[in-house]
Amino acid sequence: MAPVFPPDRRYSIGGLIRHGLRRRPDWPPAWRKASPKTSYDVVIIGGGGHGLATAYYLARNHGIRDVLVIERGWIGGGNTGRNTTIIRSDYLLEASGRLKEFALKMWEGLSGELNYNLMVSQRGWVDLAHSDAELEAFTLRANATRLRGTDARILNREELARRVPVLDISPDARFPIAGALVQERGGTARHDAVAWGFARGADALGVHIAEGRPATGIEVDQGKVTAVIANGERIAAGQVVISVAGHSSEVARMAGIELPLESGALQAFVSEPVKPVIDAVVSYNAGFSYVSQTDKGEVVIGGQPEGYNTYAARGSFIRIEEAARRAIAMFPFLAGMRLMRQWGGIIDVTMDGNAIVGPSPVDGLYLNAGWGYTGFKATPAVGWTLAETLATGKPHDLLRPFSLERFATGALIDDAGAGPYPYAH
Amino acid sequence: MLLIPCPWCGERDESEFTYGGSAERAMPALDGKAGMRDWHAFVHVRDNPRGQHCEYWHHSHGCERWLIVERDTLTHGIAEVHDAALSSDDRA
Repeated sequence: MAPVFPPDRRYSIGGLIRHGLRRRPDWPPAWRKASPKTSYDVVIIGGGGHGLATAYYLARNHGIRDVLVIERGWIGGGNTGRNTTIIRSDYLLEASGRLKEFALKMWEGLSGELNYNLMVSQRGWVDLAHSDAELEAFTLRANATRLRGTDARILNREELARRVPVLDISPDARFPIAGALVQERGGTARHDAVAWGFARGADALGVHIAEGRPATGIEVDQGKVTAVIANGERIAAGQVVISVAGHSSEVARMAGIELPLESGALQAFVSEPVKPVIDAVVSYNAGFSYVSQTDKGEVVIGGQPEGYNTYAARGSFIRIEEAARRAIAMFPFLAGMRLMRQWGGIIDVTMDGNAIVGPSPVDGLYLNAGWGYTGFKATPAVGWTLAETLATGKPHDLLRPFSLERFATGALIDDAGAGPYPYAH
Repeated sequence: MLLIPCPWCGERDESEFTYGGSAERAMPALDGKAGMRDWHAFVHVRDNPRGQHCEYWHHSHGCERWLIVERDTLTHGIAEVHDAALSSDDRA
């Protein structure tokens, strides 16, 4: 396979020195702003990590380069740049575990593949249990993970105190910690670099990326998709992918498709930067919050979704207070720190809490939706498998369980066991 | 934070309520005639509109009545609230 980047566009230490020595470094843009043609083999709606990765692997693995990615806002401005950057694969159910492990293996080599530093840091994922019963359930999940050949282990309180020394494991806490599931290969990746890296790679392979172009219509003729309308321009397409996270219901409706989805808002926060103190991603489960520390030293705190349908990318103080309270319960020293920034994103959650990836009832139209708050970690795997699905016309093996059809047949993938209540997943 | 005007208790914080999802889904009749597709449409499929949404809220830490709230999912503006157990005739 030919290299993705010609020598003069590869990032390298030599290039860094060469550009650094110039009075005015003239780095070429990482990707070009394309003016769309009137027709493409494939049009991908949504320039997030998933859409861009799909475009990249269409070009790289299948030689399909006549591809357009349209993005409503700007690259890195959507949920790809708004999540808490966690990667892991310790899922209970076979379908979700296999797809996320496929992704985790890809993350391990992705910076080299994309010639872009994604700052993948396998610092360990620590999932706290607050009772013996919960630790039993986590042991079941750890064993299921290990049976798939993936790493996961259970730590008791003493082992946990050595693994995460600043964690408050005192027995008189409001929700005392009984132990934890740990996946040492889990961790974080620089989220917006993922969007930028895939955009640059896709662009180098000939994919067109057009920002500031919301899809306003999808043309369907006798059950087959024929075109996408963006900014009033008609762009003919052989195949179309909808990969727009929180707005999936709205965009799918343009093609007459109703989805088993509800949209909600999820918030995250960062503190002021401090010296390195938390060397793992730690998740609290008496109520759900997850904490990690960036390389800059900021403590990143994620919380729970709003709990009702919303398209407003801002959240309520209740959720901020809850997330902060849980973070302080884990790490009491956080109580003296200030939050610097807070933001929200719109997530779409399905009726079983797992994604819909694959064909739709409209011929040539493919869906990638319903990732809720688990989408970031799956980014490279979705790109790889969805590209193969488009190229061959048959769902990739790993995607087969994630069909839209499963809701009608009853083959649900409900990791949380919460039932058809998206606000409960 | 939503402020929901309960018809019995007045304006109350969202934290007093429990969300109950869309109030516009019609359950198939229990006469054995509904098939898998009908139940799928009722149990799983949602309009999920970006705009006006008709939804259930339970005033669980208040009067304990189920309410039907007409809310805009983008602006959170609440257009109408009524008790779910009262028909439009009863309310008039």
